[in-house]
Amino acid sequence: MEKTAAYRKDVYKIEAIDVNAFYGQFHALKGINLGMEENAVTALIGPSGCGKSTFLRLFNRMNDYIDEFRMKGQIRIDGNKIYNSYIEVEQLRKYVGMVFQKPNPFPKSIFDNVAYGLRIQGIRDKKLISERVEKALKQADLWSEVKDNLKKSALALSGGQQQRVCIARTLAVEPSIILMDEPTSALDPISTARIEDLIFQLKTEYTIVIVTHNMQQAGRLSDKTAFFYMGELIEHGPTKELFTNPKHDRTENYISGRFG
Amino acid sequence: MNNAKINKAKDKAFQMWGIFCTFLGLVLLAVFIGAIIKDGILRIDWQFLTSLPSRKPENAGILTAMMGSLWILGLTAIVAIPLGIGAAIYLEEYSKKSRFASLLEINISNLAGVPSIIYGLLGLEIFVRLLKFGPSVLAGSFTLSLLILPIIIVATREAIKAVPKTIKEASFAMGATKWQTMWNQILPASFGGILTGVILALSRAVGETAPLIVIGALAYVPFTPSSPMDEFSVLPIQIFNWVSRPQHGFVINAAAAIIILLLVTFTMNAIAVYFRNKWQKKVNW
Repeated sequence: MEKTAAYRKDVYKIEAIDVNAFYGQFHALKGINLGMEENAVTALIGPSGCGKSTFLRLFNRMNDYIDEFRMKGQIRIDGNKIYNSYIEVEQLRKYVGMVFQKPNPFPKSIFDNVAYGLRIQGIRDKKLISERVEKALKQADLWSEVKDNLKKSALALSGGQQQRVCIARTLAVEPSIILMDEPTSALDPISTARIEDLIFQLKTEYTIVIVTHNMQQAGRLSDKTAFFYMGELIEHGPTKELFTNPKHDRTENYISGRFG
Repeated sequence: MNNAKINKAKDKAFQMWGIFCTFLGLVLLAVFIGAIIKDGILRIDWQFLTSLPSRKPENAGILTAMMGSLWILGLTAIVAIPLGIGAAIYLEEYSKKSRFASLLEINISNLAGVPSIIYGLLGLEIFVRLLKFGPSVLAGSFTLSLLILPIIIVATREAIKAVPKTIKEASFAMGATKWQTMWNQILPASFGGILTGVILALSRAVGETAPLIVIGALAYVPFTPSSPMDEFSVLPIQIFNWVSRPQHGFVINAAAAIIILLLVTFTMNAIAVYFRNKWQKKVNW
């Protein structure tokens, strides 16, 4: 039904076309078709184990390392198939950044954390690196707090600050898409609010796909929402519509908190 | 007596048994070291450390054995450390889960349990005879490298495994290759653990006797080795030789040499413990 829309290539930044994914015998994603728009926030929601994280991790090929993981179908980014032998995964991941559930800064200084992506690209120009680090930290709304302590270990920061270091680290390599896998689930409400503000600012320049367990968060942040259940994409559409007027009973039950 | 009291008594009894076991080991070790020190400490002087072997116990020294041990230690380290760490990195990060990989793993665990004299026979056949190294320092250190390789591999794999998966994922997600992730994140974070394993493995190598006797290390070498192809002796072999002599003077020499050997291994273990503690403090997830 939605297939026709999903095939309109130029409309979407990211497209999943007939995607099936398996962990060994387990069928984790069942025939997913979904397009995600440029410079918008798409929220993936659904109960635990519904496949939304698996789906998210397809876009930067983070599932490649899982033994027995297989996927069929296509993912297109900017119209290019990313599951193709000539795609270099490392290049793809510079274009598609990722922020994880638990803040995972490297056991290095704040500066070295944010500079990491640049350095592994082989950039040695110190001036350029420090400019980009400063810019990324400003974008991540962290600069004013850490600018005098850039040499301090990132592990000494609070959880919310650590997560913003991770966001800055991702921004420093100037990606086009940012994937967020429940980025605030390990944070307190105040840190969560700051990260949400940040996502709101970032979406003008970046395409953001966010997995969240928090219905309010999906409602506040996203332009489009997709609801997954048992590996199937049950429903997707503009967030307001999906929340106020869900077409499927399951969606309604889930967003109203009757299960999940 | 009610049940609670019986349980308490059992608890107490078990505690006592535990204390007994712990102290039995400690006391035996203390008695052993005490006896050795009593016999040998007065024999250790400059002459003892710098003299060549001799027929007369009062003229004999451990210079050649010391130098032999140092040569063996150095060469074994050069051979075994890169091989062991390399193999561990491959097994932990690169090899796909397959029957071949699990076969490799089982084999490596088995190798760690092979008696050292078997390694001696292997070394004799391959390094001494086939590759024609002769009973040289090189053949000895290759043999000992084989012996400690499984220990280094197992220790390194444990250290790598202890690095949180999230760090690895973060590095990959930044566009790092496996090698960059290994070099920039995993190896620095597991450095303390790897170093501990390496030092413990090397201190095992310093104490090995049997495989070196098999490959033909000599008890009497009138010179210190000056190249890897020279014949050699090592401290444990010197000790073994001295305790089997009838003269009492050599028994005292053996005690003195044991003190030196113990000093070397204890120092290495102490360094290992120091590094472990230091890095554990630094990397606090």
